[in-house]
Amino acid sequence: MGLKLQQSQHQHQQQHHSVAVKVNEQTGTKRGYTFIQANRAWLPKFLLLWVMVMAFLSTWIYKKMDADIKVRRKEVLSSMCDERARMLQDQFSVSVNHVHALAILISTFHYYKNPSAIDQETFAEYTARTAFERPLLSGVAYAERVVHSERGQFERQHGWTIKTMQREPSPVRDEYAPVILSQETVSYIESLDMMSGEEDRENILRARATGKAVLTSPFRLLGSHHLGVVLTFPVYKSKLPTRPTVEERIEATAGYLGGAFDVESLVENLLGQLAGKQAILVNVYDITNSSDYLIMYGHQNQDGDLALLYESKLDFGDPFRKHTMICRYQQKAPTPWTALTTAFLFFVICLLVGYILYGAAIHIVKVEDDFHEMQELKVRAEAADVAKSQFLATVSHEIRTPMNGILGMLALLLDTDLSSTQRDYAQTAQVCGKALIALINEVLDRAKIEAGKLEMETVPFDLRSILDDVLSLFSEKSRNKGVELAVFVSDKVPEMVMGDPGRFRQIITNLVGNSVKFTERGHIFVKVHLAENTKPVVDAKVETCLNGGSDGGVPISDAHQFKTLSGYEAADERNSWDSFKHLVSYEESRYDASINMTVPGETSQSVTLMVSVEDTGIGIPLIAQDRVFMPFMQADSSTSRNYGGTGIGLSITKCLVELMGGHISFVSRPQVGSTFTFTADFGRCKKASFNDTKKSNTEDLPSSFRGLKAIVVDRKPVRAAVTRYHLKRLGILPEVSGSVMISASACGKNGSSCGSKIQPDIILVEKDLWLSGEDGGLSSRMLDWKQNGHTFKLPKMILLATNITNVELEKAKAAGFVDTVIMKPMRASMVAACLQQVLGIGNKKQVGKDAQNGSLRSLLCGKKILVVDDNMVNRRVAAGALKKFGAAVECAESGKVALKLLQIPHSFDACFMDIQMPEMDGFEATRQIRMMESQANEQMNGGGIDKGFARNGEWHVPILAMTADVIHATYDECLKCGMDGYVSKPFEEENLYQAVTKFFKV
Amino acid sequence: MDRNRLQHQAASMRRSLFDQGYLDEPFIQLEELQDDASPNFVQEIVTLFYTDSARLIQNIEHALNSRPIDFDKLDDYMHQFKGSSSSIGAKMVTNECTVFREYCSAENAEGCIRSFQQVKQDYAILRRKLEVYLQMVRQAAVSQKA
Repeated sequence: MGLKLQQSQHQHQQQHHSVAVKVNEQTGTKRGYTFIQANRAWLPKFLLLWVMVMAFLSTWIYKKMDADIKVRRKEVLSSMCDERARMLQDQFSVSVNHVHALAILISTFHYYKNPSAIDQETFAEYTARTAFERPLLSGVAYAERVVHSERGQFERQHGWTIKTMQREPSPVRDEYAPVILSQETVSYIESLDMMSGEEDRENILRARATGKAVLTSPFRLLGSHHLGVVLTFPVYKSKLPTRPTVEERIEATAGYLGGAFDVESLVENLLGQLAGKQAILVNVYDITNSSDYLIMYGHQNQDGDLALLYESKLDFGDPFRKHTMICRYQQKAPTPWTALTTAFLFFVICLLVGYILYGAAIHIVKVEDDFHEMQELKVRAEAADVAKSQFLATVSHEIRTPMNGILGMLALLLDTDLSSTQRDYAQTAQVCGKALIALINEVLDRAKIEAGKLEMETVPFDLRSILDDVLSLFSEKSRNKGVELAVFVSDKVPEMVMGDPGRFRQIITNLVGNSVKFTERGHIFVKVHLAENTKPVVDAKVETCLNGGSDGGVPISDAHQFKTLSGYEAADERNSWDSFKHLVSYEESRYDASINMTVPGETSQSVTLMVSVEDTGIGIPLIAQDRVFMPFMQADSSTSRNYGGTGIGLSITKCLVELMGGHISFVSRPQVGSTFTFTADFGRCKKASFNDTKKSNTEDLPSSFRGLKAIVVDRKPVRAAVTRYHLKRLGILPEVSGSVMISASACGKNGSSCGSKIQPDIILVEKDLWLSGEDGGLSSRMLDWKQNGHTFKLPKMILLATNITNVELEKAKAAGFVDTVIMKPMRASMVAACLQQVLGIGNKKQVGKDAQNGSLRSLLCGKKILVVDDNMVNRRVAAGALKKFGAAVECAESGKVALKLLQIPHSFDACFMDIQMPEMDGFEATRQIRMMESQANEQMNGGGIDKGFARNGEWHVPILAMTADVIHATYDECLKCGMDGYVSKPFEEENLYQAVTKFFKV
Repeated sequence: MDRNRLQHQAASMRRSLFDQGYLDEPFIQLEELQDDASPNFVQEIVTLFYTDSARLIQNIEHALNSRPIDFDKLDDYMHQFKGSSSSIGAKMVTNECTVFREYCSAENAEGCIRSFQQVKQDYAILRRKLEVYLQMVRQAAVSQKA
């Protein structure tokens, strides 16, 4: 244990390091943040940036859309404006053409014809009838050019004087242009001198100079308040040369045709014909004087969209005058709702998306943070757990050492002369100390299991002897309580299995200890069998008796009893006789048929055992059953008060069972009892190692009883089976009988040579059967036989009892009924001891030993043996043992000395060599000895002795290794370096005998 | 009666030595080796053990006090000591020796020292107990003869 502790400490440190490393690793992975996590501080900034970008984007979208709309608006305006301008221009030029035509008409018919073909009447009618051709002209009139010299003549001719525009007789001028012909609509201007008006005069002068239609600047027309312009056309009285000069033109001028354009109504009409006249405002300007625009149409101060203007050029055919049309929308540009809405919606959506992303990122960050925190906490918790286990292990170990000291000193103290009070104190202290040590060991185990440091050994061990040991541990307690304690191991379970005997013992001890603690009556029964044997038994009722109904004749008086070990009800029916007997009977048949029969599965490497521990104790409360295996949990708090204990045992047991590759379960009924069942995997022993190790690990069961016959008188079949099991282990052939009478009569018959199938040497009777008094006259009969000194050998009567009072014992002995009492729990070794005592073959073992001794003696007697060991004590012990068998022993304390002694020739018959020695170890020494020998042999052979002549002639001293550990590797090593075998240290006769017989033939 | 008492006492003492785990099987074998030819075999061996172990303990103590600690040497000594102890069946001492050697192989000086204290303690207890026991046996034998 100490060894493991030390290891575990060592591992603890490693574990500590590994934990630290793990922490580092985990923090390392934690640093592997996601992108989001890495930029967590930037998240709000990202959001802000996003919002800003989106705001910018939506503004841009808005502007773009707005600009589009404006452009379209402008385009619409320009196209509308151009359209209007063109139409106006067209209409205007049509009218001008007509006036032109009229001028030609006048020149043709008024001047070329003589007399004139046109008078006022004709002109008025013609113009009235062709007025539709000139829709823009309110009227036309013709004014003749009259120079001052001709004024008188002219006035006389026409009968009126030339008047000015103000309708006054015209003052004297160079030239006059009185209207002579006029359309009816403008007849009021007849006789008015056109040259008296400033505008008209300029017009006239310009017209006759250019020969083209000229326009006045706009002015208020006479007779209407509309703005208008006057168109003047020169009429020439003679044909002009192709390229006339201005003088020629003036000279040729006969008069002037004029017409007034009512621009205002003109444009009004025109616009009225077009769609969308409401939408735009049209202004027409005379821009001849670029600094002073003269309005021709439209209001100067109009409402409307002043922001957007479109200007279209108008060409009315007068190169001197320039006109323009300016259009604008009547209404201001409407708010661009579409653009606004689109941009706004876009912004809102982006904002939402941004916020959602932000929220998600924040959430991710939070979750990751939490996760990392949890991870860290987990690591810390685990570290704390490891630290706890470590602490427990260390502290337990540290406590154990001084505790051992205390216990040792107490033990020493108890050996001294003490008063009874002092002794009592010391003993109490010792008991407490032991309990403490036990507790510490449990805690240590628990800690080790938790730390995963508990390693299972794999060594061969005898399961049965371990069970016996455990039982003997509790025998005292159970006996005091009157609880029957029994163990049964199925014959199919191999004698030796590979596993961890210490841990197996611990499990059994825990379970049995628990059972003993909680059981006040009835029994505790440990049963071991192969796991595959536990098939449910269906036809349990078919078989009613054991061994062909040997108990058939006995009336079962206590029928109410359960068929369990003690007759008390057990929690798990599987252990009751009904199923148990199948196991037994199966083995029986197998046992009888052939011991060497190969059992299926024997070839497999592992064997699964099922162990059940059944008690008839207080059971486990139903509520507590699900936390039975949890550490530090007892059924309820009162349990620890009543029964003590920490409740750690079962949890350790469970861990151990699981480490053994099995599992544990239990069935428990309150006030009835509990049955714990567990399985565990063990390895099968190889035959080779089996023989080597068998004897070293187990206590020998004497073989002197082999072949004896016994009758077990017991009416409880389970208990009888247990007894049978123990007897069988001793090689005794048991029979089970239900009553003393039958068995006794069997003896009797035998005595009269009736030839019953058995002649019992021993009769084992259960105490309760004996007490039931059914033996009646039997005892006296037996006594009778004894006293009469029958010739045949009387069977020995043995009483089996769990507890027996002195009175009862005396009574039994006095009655001569029994020869001895075997106290339960039964153990093979104890039974053997009792039987030895009773049968008087107690010395038989000695005899057997002597026989072996004898053979050893005969083998070793007179032989000269060299014992090589550096250890004084070992040397002395080995020498003593060998001397005892008559050997002459010489000792050597080192390999070198041995080499010297074994220089050829020598007289030694054998050499026992320790392996581990300073300077030269056993292996090396052996190698050198063998080298020496082979050299000597070669020389001999060289000396002419035939090789096959005699083996005796060759030097080869048998060398046996002495070693404390019997590992196979060591054995191989031994053979490799030339040794002939090995014996375990300290010597065991059997082992020694086996090793020695190989060389010393008798 | 006195003889019986002495024998009984000796037997129970022996029993307790085994029960408490101080001794194990090899001691029984030693006892078996004791016969008329060598009546004081056990005593002789045990005495031998005392001398041997006293020497070894001294050696170990010395080795433990020297610096640096020569663990190989310690291991050697302890091997011998363990061999002796296991030969006479001093179970507890042997076990602690194993622990010591484990520490030794781990070169754990502190563990060695601690374990050695334990070895010494166990050894002292065993020695005292064995002395008492052998004394009793001798007395019983004497009284038997008488």
